[in-house]
Amino acid sequence: MSQTVDARGLSCPQPVLMALDAIKKSQETEMEVFVDTEASRENVSRAVESQGWKVESIAIEGETFRLEIRKAAK
Amino acid sequence: MKNVFATRWGIIAVGAVIGAGAALLQYLGNPGNMGICVACFERDIAGAVGFHRAAVVQYMRPEIIGFVLGSLAAALAFKEFRPRGGSAPIVRFFLGVFAMIGALVFLGCPWRAMLRLAGGDGNAILGLIGLIAGIWIGTRFLKKGYSLGRTQKLPPASGWVLPAVFAALFVLMLIYPRAEGAEKTGILFYSVKGPGAMYAPLAISVIAGLVIGVIAQRSRFCTMGAFRDLILFRQVHLFSGVAALVIAAWLVNLILGQFQAGFAGQPVAHTQHVWNAMGMVLAGLAFALAGGCPGRQLFLSGEGDGDAAIFVLGMIVGAAVSHNFGLASSPAGVGPHGIAAVVIGLAVCLVIGFTMKQPQTGGAR
Repeated sequence: MSQTVDARGLSCPQPVLMALDAIKKSQETEMEVFVDTEASRENVSRAVESQGWKVESIAIEGETFRLEIRKAAK
Repeated sequence: MKNVFATRWGIIAVGAVIGAGAALLQYLGNPGNMGICVACFERDIAGAVGFHRAAVVQYMRPEIIGFVLGSLAAALAFKEFRPRGGSAPIVRFFLGVFAMIGALVFLGCPWRAMLRLAGGDGNAILGLIGLIAGIWIGTRFLKKGYSLGRTQKLPPASGWVLPAVFAALFVLMLIYPRAEGAEKTGILFYSVKGPGAMYAPLAISVIAGLVIGVIAQRSRFCTMGAFRDLILFRQVHLFSGVAALVIAAWLVNLILGQFQAGFAGQPVAHTQHVWNAMGMVLAGLAFALAGGCPGRQLFLSGEGDGDAAIFVLGMIVGAAVSHNFGLASSPAGVGPHGIAAVVIGLAVCLVIGFTMKQPQTGGAR
């Protein structure tokens, strides 16, 4: 996993902006996104799915949600 | 675990319940097109505790108290109570102050703008155009890296402060209830006439507030976010909830005979189109920069978000400033210093938008 987006502690809509920005600019087809509220987890999931990415897994590490996202095969 | 309220149909159902509930609250006694208005009701609370002395807008609105405590209950039940804070609190405080000043020039927050539209008040269209313009300006700043910075995790007590304050206000209301024809009971002020004297029965207001607090916390319902996400991401999720609110309120208004289309003579409204719009440009920009509509700030406060709580306190102080300094509008039109306040508020918000940036971390490693 070469790219990570750390959006912990940031309020809406910044986690979504950061995740979409990373998706747009990066050549990677998979990355990790860190958020720390349920609302951000839902918002980021919804946003990346609308861009043709998939949320592969969500791990809860203490106060942090780690989302593994992957570009869906065309 | 799947959160059904956060699905498309979940947020539509929440919006519809809020819209229908607001129209019913009007039928049961709340002021016209003001079944729920977060700005107006916080302004009434400021009056109830004597922060301003505008005699017609003094009432301890139980709906607002219910919003915070309902959200607190939902956050505790679903393990989402996360005491946090420290993201530019003083900036958020003044965003709250100016959001209220703008809202009171229009005479309503985004919630009431929707309810006014659903009641046939044409002036709401000007307010909504202004709101969307203000949010659009806010999205430009967000795209350019505007940020109030990260929050810190805080000890539980900090998350309980604002819910405790609102619970205490409710207890005060029970100790010092409204007496017919009296302007004051104990330490609380009440309105004898005007919108502050119009209210649904206490138990119904409390229950409505609690129910909305719970479902709005679960669904992340936000009237500002609805337009922001549409502009920024072309995402209709939150917007579908707001659309459901308007349609449900409109239908219930039709059934109850509360729908009356027109511009003149609408309840608690004025017809100065430019300032209806400009007031909401200011409010919309302030809400966008603060990351949530006034309702959402209450629900976040219930989750333990101390920054949202600061914004709420800013709005209550903003209401006092508005009425003490002649900034608030009345059905006769804008207040003597309302226009100056909107200009100053826009200037302050633009400075905040241009200057508040944080170094982004966590990009490519």
